Amino acid sequence: MIPAEVATSSPEETREVGRRLAGALEPGDVVLLIGSLGAGKTTFVQGLADGLGASEDVTSPTFTLCQLYRGRLTVMHADLWRLERLGEVVDLALDEGLEEGGVLVAEWGEGAAELFGDEALVVTIDSGETTEERVLTFEPHGSAWQRRVEVAAP
Amino acid sequence: MSAPPAAPRRVLAIETSCDETAASVVDDGRTVVSSVVSSQIDLHARYGGVVPELASRAHTELIVPVVTEALAGAGLGPDGRGKRPVDAVAATVGPGLVGALLVGISAAKSLAMAWEVPFVGVNHLEGHLYASLLEEPDLELPVVVLLVSGGHTLLVRMDAPGRYEVLGRTRDDAAGEAFDKVARFLGLGYPGGPAIDRTAVAGDPSSVRFPRALLEGSLDFSFSGLKTAVVNYVDSHPEVATEDVAASFQDAVVDVLVRKTLEAAARSRAKGICLAGGVAANSELRRRAAEAALGAGLGIFLPSRAMCTDNAAMIASAGYFRLVAGRTTAMDAGAEPGLGFAEPGSTRRA
Repeated sequence: MIPAEVATSSPEETREVGRRLAGALEPGDVVLLIGSLGAGKTTFVQGLADGLGASEDVTSPTFTLCQLYRGRLTVMHADLWRLERLGEVVDLALDEGLEEGGVLVAEWGEGAAELFGDEALVVTIDSGETTEERVLTFEPHGSAWQRRVEVAAP
Repeated sequence: MSAPPAAPRRVLAIETSCDETAASVVDDGRTVVSSVVSSQIDLHARYGGVVPELASRAHTELIVPVVTEALAGAGLGPDGRGKRPVDAVAATVGPGLVGALLVGISAAKSLAMAWEVPFVGVNHLEGHLYASLLEEPDLELPVVVLLVSGGHTLLVRMDAPGRYEVLGRTRDDAAGEAFDKVARFLGLGYPGGPAIDRTAVAGDPSSVRFPRALLEGSLDFSFSGLKTAVVNYVDSHPEVATEDVAASFQDAVVDVLVRKTLEAAARSRAKGICLAGGVAANSELRRRAAEAALGAGLGIFLPSRAMCTDNAAMIASAGYFRLVAGRTTAMDAGAEPGLGFAEPGSTRRA
């Protein structure tokens, strides 16, 4: 099961959480990442791609908008930060990649909720008590994800 | 460098990897006959309507007028006819946005087929290396090129046209991306490079000592931690002057870029250093790189602003050197959005 919440105290620990999530991913999965500038979204994806056995360097996709890493599953690492209109998200042909068995991991995923939000895992990265600490929350959207994520503690 | 062939080789190149639609005609890889970048012409007035950036739609609308203008600048009609027609058509095949790349590639292939000349796929990053050669044909090689833009941060040693080695690259954010994101965080607007550059002038670069990720022993870069440090500092010191943060942040980025470039030049016994890419327009980077090169007895080449940013002339130059090396590209080759530096991709032969 994917936990509802995890606290980390270093970028390496955040990477490790990504690695563990990788083991639970299935073809066609959508993971939307939410977190402010410098929260550690790309760091998290570095761990996730590593966990899937992808050997490519995972760098910020802000410029390219979408990068592919080929591991056990193909990861579409998208950054929707520069995209202001939904139509531009459609231009990236992400759903075609999902149909082909890839997984989508989108940074600044808030904007894509309308397109992908029905069946998605929303991962929010917040800062913790110190500047190094982060709190990652995993929020399942759709029945398939609800079965895979622990119920959040009240 | 190989001697130019007796008959001048004329290359038309198309560049559509990001938000600029560009076309250029270059002779012998060195003489720019025409170079058109969409943002430089008043498309609103001439072709009507708004010119949206980014989307491939915009490239689709701009490609014909931009190519037509580049051809006209070389004395050629829209049908490619004229005194000296082109010998090959080149296009950027990656890295970049897939939809955007495909517009340029399709146009270039169509023209190559219609004119019965070879098609040459060019790696955009490789193109940036030729920007220096276009402006400084007598550049003494080998040089170490620091390629810094919104999407890339690379240190490359160039031994000869077509012969280079990557010495270092970013492990997370590109330098220009750090500028853009910090500028946005500080409320300075987009594009972030020029905004920080302007704001930093009124600030004290020594007011905040931001971390330098030097990754000892490696020529790689990391700017993600610096970006986080700026966010953390401003959050915990809300009274700090934006000018001081901008100046201190810029100082940290430039410091790392210059130190690594000098180290790369020393390690590879280069004759000089070159800057390339959009961030190469940053005034503090230009000043400090020139100062450091002078101190180390190295040559320094600082390209003009038009050559720093995306253009098709550098693609035409890179395409020319591929053409004369016999490395034309198959007509069924597609776009390669994730193309790395010096990867096979565009070298797939016809």
